[in-house]
Amino acid sequence: MASWFNAEWPWYVAGPMIGLFVPALLLVGNKVFGISGNLRHLCSAILPGKLEFFRYDWKRKGLWNLVFLAGVLIGGYLAAHLDVPHAINISHATVAPRELFTWHALLTLRGFISIVVGGFLVGFGTQYAGGCTSGHAISGLANFDLPSLIAVFGFFAGGLAATYLILPFVIGRL
Amino acid sequence: MTETPLSDFDGCGSSGSDQHIRPTLLAIYLVLGIAFGVVLTRSEVLSWFRIQEMFHFQSFRMYGIIGSAIVTAAASIAIIKAMGLNSLDGEPITIPRRPFGSGIRYALGGTIFGLGWAMTGACPGPLFALIGNGISVMIVAVLSALAGTWAYGWLSPRLPH
Repeated sequence: MASWFNAEWPWYVAGPMIGLFVPALLLVGNKVFGISGNLRHLCSAILPGKLEFFRYDWKRKGLWNLVFLAGVLIGGYLAAHLDVPHAINISHATVAPRELFTWHALLTLRGFISIVVGGFLVGFGTQYAGGCTSGHAISGLANFDLPSLIAVFGFFAGGLAATYLILPFVIGRL
Repeated sequence: MTETPLSDFDGCGSSGSDQHIRPTLLAIYLVLGIAFGVVLTRSEVLSWFRIQEMFHFQSFRMYGIIGSAIVTAAASIAIIKAMGLNSLDGEPITIPRRPFGSGIRYALGGTIFGLGWAMTGACPGPLFALIGNGISVMIVAVLSALAGTWAYGWLSPRLPH
């Protein structure tokens, strides 16, 4: 494995690489880069109920994106488990604190809020806003979409509110 | 650039076309997804610590990554438009514009997502990449995100958009 793969990628390498997924998906199939649509596709596939929001042909609209999402999971596995010498250590301790993100921590208040409450708000918020970091912040802003600019302001307003007004009291010292 | 009616817009990850997809194209999407998962991991974008640093303004890193991703994507879109390129299956490339409506959904929905982003330290892509990284409890976070998605689907007729 080349040595560049092992070091932590600087922002000016990682950022443009992420940005290139926008033209790649457009050129392959005229698709707009965005992950959170998959949450809707999964609900539509598994438990649409009688809800209008989930009553559409998810295979037609979303199969490509669900396949992309399966790739993200596989890619996460490969990047973390390829045993390369001298690689920077991508481990549980470097990506998520054990005090919050283990099965044991799930049973604590701060773990429950980080995993279950946070996850729920990610799902609800992305569907209400019609996009997440990839769909609004990257695809939307790159296309000079005003709705995306408003959404991104919202992302940061919510993120800062949670960081300064909620998390200090919930997480405490790690 | 075409405008999509609100009712038809399927949110983040919408497609310009509804045609059935050839298996060869699906293989390309899989490879691209794998590449994205690798990038999210090796760049540490999926790290809870990097997200906390961002919201505490302790590091330029995440701003640099998101900012340069936007600039790269915008330049790419400009080139695609200027050259009038088609996608692999010969369709003209179009990016649907989101209808503005009252704008409330973007402000309020965005804020709700932002709260969750800081709490989990992950947006939807990293949630899945973290499971691949072996943080298996993130399966619960994904299930909870699906519950949140379903709750939105249930409440959406009564929410301001």
